[in-house]
Amino acid sequence: MNIWVKRAYAALVFAFLYLPLVVIAVYSFNASKYSLAWKGFTLQWYGRLLDNATLVDAAFRSMTIAVVSATVSCVIGTLAAFMLHQYRFRGRRAVFASIFVMMMSPDIVIGISLLVLFLGVGLSLGFWTLLMGHVTLCVPFVTATVYTRFKGFDPTVVEAARDLGAVEYQVFRRIVLPMAAPGLVAGWLLSFTMSLDDVIVSFFTTGPTYEVLPLRIYSMVRLGIKPDVNALSVVMITVTVAAVLLSRRLLKEKS
Amino acid sequence: MKDSLFKRLVVTGVLGWLVLFGAVPTLMLLAVSFLKRDPDSLIEPVLSLSSYHELFQPALGSMLAESMVMAATATLLCLLIGYPFAYIVARADKRHTPTLLLLVMIPFWTNTLIRTYALVAVLKADGVVNTFLRFLGVIDAPLKLMYTPTAVFIGLVYTLLPFMILPLYAAIEKLDLKLLEASRDLGASRFSTFRKITIPLTMPGIVSGCMLVFLPALGMFYIPDILGGARTMLLGNYIRDQFLAARNIPLGAAASIAMTLIMGLMLALYYKSVRRAGRKVRI
Repeated sequence: MNIWVKRAYAALVFAFLYLPLVVIAVYSFNASKYSLAWKGFTLQWYGRLLDNATLVDAAFRSMTIAVVSATVSCVIGTLAAFMLHQYRFRGRRAVFASIFVMMMSPDIVIGISLLVLFLGVGLSLGFWTLLMGHVTLCVPFVTATVYTRFKGFDPTVVEAARDLGAVEYQVFRRIVLPMAAPGLVAGWLLSFTMSLDDVIVSFFTTGPTYEVLPLRIYSMVRLGIKPDVNALSVVMITVTVAAVLLSRRLLKEKS
Repeated sequence: MKDSLFKRLVVTGVLGWLVLFGAVPTLMLLAVSFLKRDPDSLIEPVLSLSSYHELFQPALGSMLAESMVMAATATLLCLLIGYPFAYIVARADKRHTPTLLLLVMIPFWTNTLIRTYALVAVLKADGVVNTFLRFLGVIDAPLKLMYTPTAVFIGLVYTLLPFMILPLYAAIEKLDLKLLEASRDLGASRFSTFRKITIPLTMPGIVSGCMLVFLPALGMFYIPDILGGARTMLLGNYIRDQFLAARNIPLGAAASIAMTLIMGLMLALYYKSVRRAGRKVRI
């Protein structure tokens, strides 16, 4: 293939991926409410966003759930990765397989099966069920990220620590955790963005008492284009880009 | 050697978590799908195959088939667009690959709902596509793109393309160039090298890309809601409606189990292709 054909093709695919995002960004600064025609630069939609109490509340709830679920997922995911990396036990392969299956499971199946679980045990849908939903969604990804990081370690360091008398917890706390720190932060950021962006699992696992941002946006956009949603989209895209940049940076370090 | 308390805690905790949020919900879903619907208490504790029977009734079956065809077509489109693209990125100058990959990652992690919504601005009657085509003089009146099955297709391909590109990139990047050279040296044409060497060796990437596109493409109920007309439905819309509108939970569960089985089939295919490509599975 000619180099220019290749470049043109790649550019075309990128244009396809980015055009809608650029359009939304342009709309969000356009004084004209509904049309593409440029009516001058404005920040009023961003201002409007701050006045919209339900959106601000939903955003706050989304941030809360993202921070809490990323933290919980990080703890469980790191322990799972540590267990898979350090311990040999019966059923290890089964654990690997089930984490892989959970990672590949379609969101809707995760959402539905958790809904059945919550209905079955009689939990009312809200913050806690949503948290469990997001943690279920994120843990396998944290496990995979941190596990990959563990695999890059020099195993002799752990052996040396054991020979010098470190007990299991000390090995974990003093050796493995510091070495895996960048992977952990990357896993945290990954979970954070996943939680912030998730629509489907949230749809099934939260109740009317705890409406998160994507669901709020969902009910708004079904009724057409909204200028304040444009502004909100730009804000969310920016947060995601920042998290992705940061996690890439951390993963690249020393790898 | 006796296991330390820490080890026992970790193993019990992690396994407990996996059972509670992995195995139990799946088994409950499976159990519910074999029960009967009850108009008052939602589920009647009577064993029955009626939900599965209903899934294969012509009316429902054709809807399911339509949804599958739609998701499969979107997957194929993603593969056709994504493969050459992933190839170009994987073979690009090493100095540029991190940037190119980052540019693929950003839409990958951006909220798909927001990206779907952004597409409305592109597809609507006075949106970018129509304005551009009118400017070029290709069309006089705006094309009706929004609220059509075409819009749903565009939406699925647009939101899921990065899910295809990333595994393909990973597979192509690992491809040993010496094998391609050897094939060419032995007299194979470019095409047969591609067909007999490149494709089989990158098959794990192809299968996992297809899985990552096909399964969500069946389930993303908000894409038809936002972009499609009233008649366009995905399996996800159907499952959601059974749970939240029709209140036929066993039927919704049976449809979800069907989706899980499709995933199982694709995972089996993936493992087979990995074994064939002679590589170790990475999680």
